Amino acid sequence: MLELLQHEFVRNAFLAGTIVAIICGLVGYFVILRGQAFATESLSHVGFTGATGAALVGASSLVGMFVLTLLSGLGMGALGRRLRGRDVEVGMVLSFFLGLGVLFLSLYSQNATQAVSVLFGSILSVSRQDALITLGAGLGVLVVLGVIFRPLLAASIDPEVAEARGIPVQRLSILFTLLLAVTVSVTVQVVGVLLVFALLVVPAATAEHLTHRPMSMLGLSVALSIAGTWGGLVLAFVGDAPASFFIVSLISLIYFSARIYRHFHSPRRYRELPHPSREVTQK
Amino acid sequence: MFNLLQYPFIQNAFLAGSVVAVAAGLLGYFLVVRGLTFAGHALSNIGFAGAAGAVLAGVHPVYGLLAFTIGASLAISLLGKEIRQRDIAIGVVMTFSLGMGILFLSLYHGYAEQAYSILFGTILGISRVDVLASAVFSLALIAILAVLARPLLFSSFDPEVAEARGVPVRLIGSAFLILTALAISMAVQVVGVLLIFALLVGPAATAIRVTARPGRAIALAVGLGLSYTWLGILLAANSTWPVSFFISMLSFGVYLPVRLLSSQGRRRAQTVIEPTWHPKEDETALIELEEGKDKDLHA
Amino acid sequence: MNALIQNGPLITLEHVNVNLGRVPVLNDVSLTIDAGEFIVIMGPNGAGKTTLLRLLLGLVRPSSGSIQVLGDPPRRGNPAIGYAPQHRNIEADLPLRARDLVGFGLDGHRWGIGRPDPNRRARIDQALAEVDALDLAEAPVGQLSGGEQQRLLIAQALLTNPKLLLLDEPLANLDLAHQQEVVALIARICQAHCVTALLVSHDINPLLQVTDRVLFMAHGRSAIGAPGEVITSQTLTQLYGSPVEVIQALGRFFVVGAEL
Repeated sequence: MLELLQHEFVRNAFLAGTIVAIICGLVGYFVILRGQAFATESLSHVGFTGATGAALVGASSLVGMFVLTLLSGLGMGALGRRLRGRDVEVGMVLSFFLGLGVLFLSLYSQNATQAVSVLFGSILSVSRQDALITLGAGLGVLVVLGVIFRPLLAASIDPEVAEARGIPVQRLSILFTLLLAVTVSVTVQVVGVLLVFALLVVPAATAEHLTHRPMSMLGLSVALSIAGTWGGLVLAFVGDAPASFFIVSLISLIYFSARIYRHFHSPRRYRELPHPSREVTQK
Repeated sequence: MFNLLQYPFIQNAFLAGSVVAVAAGLLGYFLVVRGLTFAGHALSNIGFAGAAGAVLAGVHPVYGLLAFTIGASLAISLLGKEIRQRDIAIGVVMTFSLGMGILFLSLYHGYAEQAYSILFGTILGISRVDVLASAVFSLALIAILAVLARPLLFSSFDPEVAEARGVPVRLIGSAFLILTALAISMAVQVVGVLLIFALLVGPAATAIRVTARPGRAIALAVGLGLSYTWLGILLAANSTWPVSFFISMLSFGVYLPVRLLSSQGRRRAQTVIEPTWHPKEDETALIELEEGKDKDLHA
Repeated sequence: MNALIQNGPLITLEHVNVNLGRVPVLNDVSLTIDAGEFIVIMGPNGAGKTTLLRLLLGLVRPSSGSIQVLGDPPRRGNPAIGYAPQHRNIEADLPLRARDLVGFGLDGHRWGIGRPDPNRRARIDQALAEVDALDLAEAPVGQLSGGEQQRLLIAQALLTNPKLLLLDEPLANLDLAHQQEVVALIARICQAHCVTALLVSHDINPLLQVTDRVLFMAHGRSAIGAPGEVITSQTLTQLYGSPVEVIQALGRFFVVGAEL
C-alpha cells in the first residue's frame, strides 16, 4: 500500500482529496443547516459551464469554474432567502447554464473524454499545480470559516435574532455562498460536477441523523467526508472503476446505514435542531 | 428551410419530438403544481444509471431508463412522505445512481458516445423504430392523463376535500409518479438527462405564470413545448450545435421575462390583506403530523 | 332552528370505538343527531374531532360499534355530505381561480376531462353567490384573504346540495369581523337549505347564537348537550380529569385551566 505513495499522481490525489474532504465536511454542515442543498447542485452545474467554457478558450478549467461559480455565488447570495423552496426557479437557471455548457462541450473538440472527466471527476489525474491550487483555496476557506464561524452559526439557525444582535446576516450570506462556490469548484476535481452533492451534502446529512450536538455533527461530517474520500481512493487503486464511483458509493452506503440504524434505534426526539430556514413549505 | 423536411432523420426528429413535447408539457404542468420538480430532476438522473446499465447489457437504453425510473417512482410512493428529510434522501439516491451509471459506462469500454447521447439527447440521431416507440408511449401517457385529468387536478390542489369526495388520492399520486417516470424516459431522448428541466418544467412553469386557469395553462404549456422543440430541431439542423442546447435556451429565454414581469404584476394587483393571526410555522407542522394530515402541496 | 320532520335521526353512533394503529382515539361514543341541528364539536388537539369527521365521511372505519349516516353506513364520496376543511395558508401564486376551486366540488372527482356543460358555469356562479363571493370568481385563490378562502371552501361543499355539512375549524386564523361573517353565512345557508351542520371549533363564543348543541371531546371522554349544560366547570372537569373552571360573563364562556 505505502508503495503507492511513491507515485506522484497518488500523492496529488490524496493531497487534493483530503483538503477537499475537510472543507466539504465543514461547509456541508452549513449547507444542511441553511437548507441550501439544491443551491449546491446549481453551483456545480454552473461550474460545469465555467470549466467547459474555459477549456474552449484554452484556459484552465479550474480557473473557469472559480470565476463562474464565484459570480453566481454573488448573485445567489444577493437573492438570499428568496431562494428557499424555489425549486422551479433554481432549476430553470440550472438548465440554462447546463445548456451553455453543452454547447461549449460540443464546440470543444476532445468531446467525450473531457466531458466525462468534468462531469464525473478526475482525481487520479490531478496535476501538481492543481493540487497546490486546491490546497491554497482550501486553506483560504478554512481560515475564513474559522473567523466567521460563530456569527455564521447564529445567522444560520435564527437569522432574525442574529440580525437583532447586530450580526450582518445578509453579508454573511453572500460570503458563505462565495465559500460554497470555491468549495464546489475544487470538489469538482475529485468527484465531478454531477457528484458534488455526494461529498458536500451527504456526509453532513448523515451526521445530522446521528447526533444533535452542533460540534459533534460538525466533527462527524468532516470525519465521514474524509473516510469516504480515502476509502474511495484506496478502492480506486485496487479496483477497476472510476474513483468517483467508489467515493460516492461509500458515502451513500454510510448514509443509508445511518438512516437504517436510526430507524431501529431512534431516540424519543421529535424536534430536530431548530431549522426555520429548512421548512419545506413556502412562506 | 423546407428542403430539410426531405431528410428522414429530420422527419423522425420532428415526429418523435412533437409527441414527446406534448406529453412532457401535459405532465410538466402537474409536476410544477404538485411541487415535484426536484423529484423529476432526481428521476432523470436515476434514469441515467438505467440507461448506462442497458448499454452495458447490450439493450436499448430506453428500456434501462424505463426500468430504473419506474422502479424509483414506485419506491418513492411506497416509502411515503417524511416531509423534512425527503429531498436529501432523494438526492442521495440520485447521486448514488449517477455513480452507478459512471461505473457501468466505465465497464463498457469505448462507448463514451452512448454516455454522451444519454446525457445530452439524441433526437437528431433517432431511428424510425424509436420514433414509433416514443409515439406509442407518449400517446399512452397522454391518454392516461386525459382519463385522470379531473381527479388529478382536484387532488393536486385540494387533496383533503378530494379524499372526502371519494377520490383515491394516494393511488393517483403513485400513478402520477409512474407517469412521470414514463415522461422522463421519453424526454431524455430529446434533450438528455441533464437538460430535462428545459422540456419538462420550463413550458409549464412559464404557462403557470401567465394564467391561473388550469385548462389554459395546460394548453399553453403544450404549445410552448412544441414550439421550443420544433425551433430547436430547425436551428440545430442548420448548424452544428446540439438540439438540447437550443431547447434549453429557448425555454429559459421565454421563462425569464415572463417570470420577472409576472411577479411585478402580482404585487400591483394584490389586494390589501387584513391582518390575521397565524400560528407559528413549527406548531402548524407538528399539528399536521399529529393529526395525520398530509399536506404535500409545494413541498 | 327549524326542526325537520324526518324518519329518525340523521346521524346515529352506537358504542363506537376507533383505534388508529394501537392508539384508541374514540372510546365508546354514542350519540344521535337530528336533521336541522347545528352542532359544534370542541376539544383539545388529538381528542378525535377530526377522526369523528373522517368517520362520518367513510374515510375511517370503527373498530367496533355501529354508525348510520342518513340511514346508511358511511361510505366514501357520499354526495349528501359536504365537507369543508380548514383553509390553510395557500401560496400566493397558486395557479387556480376561485371559480376553479369551487368547481372541483361539482365534478372534480369524475374521471376524464369532462364534456362541456352549459349549466356548469351557472351552478358554480350560484354557489359563489350563495357565499357572497361572486365578484371574486376570477381571482387567483392565493391572493384572497383567509375569510374569503373559507367561503370558497364552503361554496365548494354546497355544490352537491348536501343534507349534512361538515366543517373543520372554519373560524381558525380569522379575525373577529371575518369570524362573524362566516358564522352568519353558515347559519343562513343551513336555514335556507335545511342543512344539518357539524362544525369543529376551538371557540364557542362566535357560534353561541346559532348552536343547538355542543359535543365536547377530551381524553377519550365526550359529552353532548346544550352549550350551557356541557360547558360547565363540572362537566369539563370530568372530561379533562383535572380541575377546569368555566366562567360565564358578558354573554360568553371563558374556560380556564384547560387547553381548548
